[in-house]
Amino acid sequence: MADEAPTAAATSPAPNRVKEKPGPLEYMRRWPLQLIVGLTLLFLYLPLITLMVFSFNTSRRNIVWQGFTTDWYVRAFNNESLLQAFINSLTIAFLCTIASVVLGALAAVMLWRFRFPGKTVVEGSLALPIVVPEICMGVAMLVFFARVMPWPTGLPWPLNLGAITIAHISFAFPFVATVVRARLASFNRELEEAAKDLGASEWRTFWDILVPHMQPGLIAGALLAFTLSLDDFVITFFTAGPDTITFPVKVYSMLRFSVTPEVNAASTILIVVTVILTAVGLNMQNQTPADKKA
Amino acid sequence: MEQTWRQAKAAFAAVSAPPIVWLLLFFLVPLAVVWAYSFGVNSGPVTIDFTGTFANYTRALEPLYVGIFWKSLIVATLTTLLCLIVGFPVALAIAFSSPKAKAWLLLLIMLPFWTNLLIRTFALIAVLRENGYVNAILEWMWTHASGLMTLVGLQPLGDFEPLTLLYNNTAVVIGLVYVHLPFMVLPLYSALDRMDRSLMEASLDLGAGHLRTIWSVVVPLAAPGVASGVLITFIPALGAYLTPDLLGGTDSQMIANVIERQFKRANDWPFGAALSFLLMYLTFIAVAVQALVQRRSERRG
Amino acid sequence: MTETAPIQSSAGRQTSSAEDGVIITFENVTKRFAGVTAVDNVNLQIREGEFFALLGPSGCGKTTLLRMLAGFETPTEGRILIDGKDIAALPPNKRPVNMVFQSYAVFPHMKVFDNVAYGLKMEGVDGGEIRRRVEEALELVKLDGYGQRMPDQLSGGQRQRVALARALVKRPRVLLLDEPLSALDAKLRDQMRSELTSLQEKVGITFIMVTHDQDEALAIASRCAVMNRGVLAQVATPADLYEFPNSRFVADFVGSVNMFEGVLDEDEPDHAVVRAPELAAPVYLDHGVTGARGSTVWVALRPEKIEMHKRNGGEPPKMEDAPAGTNVVPGTIRDIVYLGSETNFEIELEGGRRVKTFRSNLTRYDQEDFTWDEPVWLAWHACSPAVLLS
Repeated sequence: MADEAPTAAATSPAPNRVKEKPGPLEYMRRWPLQLIVGLTLLFLYLPLITLMVFSFNTSRRNIVWQGFTTDWYVRAFNNESLLQAFINSLTIAFLCTIASVVLGALAAVMLWRFRFPGKTVVEGSLALPIVVPEICMGVAMLVFFARVMPWPTGLPWPLNLGAITIAHISFAFPFVATVVRARLASFNRELEEAAKDLGASEWRTFWDILVPHMQPGLIAGALLAFTLSLDDFVITFFTAGPDTITFPVKVYSMLRFSVTPEVNAASTILIVVTVILTAVGLNMQNQTPADKKA
Repeated sequence: MEQTWRQAKAAFAAVSAPPIVWLLLFFLVPLAVVWAYSFGVNSGPVTIDFTGTFANYTRALEPLYVGIFWKSLIVATLTTLLCLIVGFPVALAIAFSSPKAKAWLLLLIMLPFWTNLLIRTFALIAVLRENGYVNAILEWMWTHASGLMTLVGLQPLGDFEPLTLLYNNTAVVIGLVYVHLPFMVLPLYSALDRMDRSLMEASLDLGAGHLRTIWSVVVPLAAPGVASGVLITFIPALGAYLTPDLLGGTDSQMIANVIERQFKRANDWPFGAALSFLLMYLTFIAVAVQALVQRRSERRG
Repeated sequence: MTETAPIQSSAGRQTSSAEDGVIITFENVTKRFAGVTAVDNVNLQIREGEFFALLGPSGCGKTTLLRMLAGFETPTEGRILIDGKDIAALPPNKRPVNMVFQSYAVFPHMKVFDNVAYGLKMEGVDGGEIRRRVEEALELVKLDGYGQRMPDQLSGGQRQRVALARALVKRPRVLLLDEPLSALDAKLRDQMRSELTSLQEKVGITFIMVTHDQDEALAIASRCAVMNRGVLAQVATPADLYEFPNSRFVADFVGSVNMFEGVLDEDEPDHAVVRAPELAAPVYLDHGVTGARGSTVWVALRPEKIEMHKRNGGEPPKMEDAPAGTNVVPGTIRDIVYLGSETNFEIELEGGRRVKTFRSNLTRYDQEDFTWDEPVWLAWHACSPAVLLS
């Protein structure tokens, strides 16, 4: 830079480094908005942090801090049914994610690529699971698996989770389709034409050109499907049987009877799992080699 | 652009069959069955006759159920309004902060959204209950204020009465706001972030203050974002089951709780089916209104 | 880089800085963004009634300077005065300046009339008065009758006129224009150039324009400031910028130029000589240069100021204002670009350096005078080169 420009002689010897006034649109630097954002974050996080902190409290009652312990974690891990519910939840979420990503990606490509009769109907139906209230969908699943297609009981694990998994896939894959389709909208068709021009078949073009472009959308969709499945209570509540309990349903029944810090401990584990998964997912999304425009 | 399915029938079939079949079998058929049930009657403990009756819908028009629908609408509207009031300045502040701060703030808003709903509700109970945090802080303030008053020679305040923050309608609204706030902030943020800054600058340049600028330039231009934020807060709030169930009192039942009762306890499936379709129709009306707002503002912009 | 030193290399021509009539003063204004200095210690005065242009390449800080004046950025250091008063405490909505944005920023959800009336409503002007003044402003920008249209029914040029009317209707002390012509197509741009100048004459308000287009600045402005990397490189009238640049940066940025590095060999009050290794002959100047003998200087020669003569064995042409053997060098034509009104030549000098020269086609046959690989003499007058010390 022009550090020895003669005009610099006019500068006062020690420029006072007063913090400059915020620009007119720098709303984040105005105190009323800082206060609102701060209070909102406090509102969002205080309960969660309290919960996590008190999962290490020796006291049974959650209000006073008495001492540090990891006892509740030991108890949670020794609670057979809680552990089983946790494993069930993760398994269902995993299966749901895989199926939802495949179905969602296919649906997205179908809507993005093809013109066909009844397209608006298909599009509208695909949006339905996103819009319909959970309770209605839960009821529908209850009726379906009770009367139309009863899921056999007594199947070995993890086949006994089939009904819940199917229900989860039904509401998760339209979300994936939406995310992937948004990503496809930014695809430059000329890339596909260039690949074909250079001799690639339809199939190779799909794998070599389209799938890499969809990748960030697929990752985001997978993350979404996983958390939606892990998060769901209402629909699961209506499809779960006595021997197919998921973590939220288990916690719900524990809450109904007695609140012990065990639940805090188990919840803390789930929160940590979620945070780690989100971090991994966001990291993967940031590191995708595809164009940075997305 | 798009190609017609005739040009590549095999590819189209391969791509479209799995999602369409899945959607049909595991979503549309279950819904259709519920819809059919809503026109049926219980003829035995587990059998339902499809009689084509409207009796279930007529029963839903009884004051008791209309009252619950009305209450659900009011609670959902109130929740949405509170989310909008809190969410708008938050979204505004995030949209106009530095890129680095923006990424962190967005993450902070998103994280609770990724966290399990049940756990969040449970966490809120711990904070709101009678011997929970809010009351502890209030009590601390109360006793200190009381002490201060004795110090200056005034009558001390009476004993601290803990506020009943749980198991009532207020708790339900607080819980719904807590759960749905991220839903509101994110679409608002993306609408505000996309907005042309120079329009706001032009308004300031022409002599309007900040509030005036927000009201007459930002809000109209962010209307589609506001509409979609309102929609994705309103719909789940209207059909909320867990929050009123865990945080509400005996009089805080919302429509979803009534539906659940029909299916799980009262075992009146036809009536529950009618109620859940009524709830769905309400939802569709909300979607249609939002689409209308969207189209109007798109035509303008 | 030190291309910023305001050394007067030309014949002492300097724009007078009369204190009276000054409307805007920048005093030691500096702006840093997260450690990057966008505007570096700018001192500048703009006078009442001027059409002032801030000219510079993108990222030179010119827009930041304008936005600080409008109140959208706050200076890190220094003061900005309007009519002698520090405006630091005034938010944008209280400043007596109005801006025409690069994107025009016409409110898309308001009719043309409401767009123009917006600023008056903010002032609390009453309805009838608003109506009268809006009509008047729309007439001024030739948009009468367009009041009830929505902005998306207007062309880009019309939208710009709305933005102009909207700012002018407020009767600001100063009108700010951010790259006003950059979004218009070539033909409309030419038309808008002359309209802007006549509009400014009509309303008599001081206009400050930011542009990266030197043609635009030279054509419209009554005075220009050239900026480079946050620093004011030169402030002068368009003609002075072109003919008497004060640095290599300005000479190169404004117009086309041939630049030769050399050593100052002689420096007397009435003449000077520069020897440039790339030129076969010394450069003779008919005026003195304020520089030390033996110091490095740069000679800037505009292409149209170089004459071209045939060289088939003949003697070099004599330039009557320079001693024999100076200001004439031999070369060979390497490239010819025929542009209709003129022809551009690229000539290779003996050392291999290439030089540009323009030649007007005064008759219909001028273009046939020279051909590829033809040996030529290049010559120039003693008053033509600009000697730059930085």
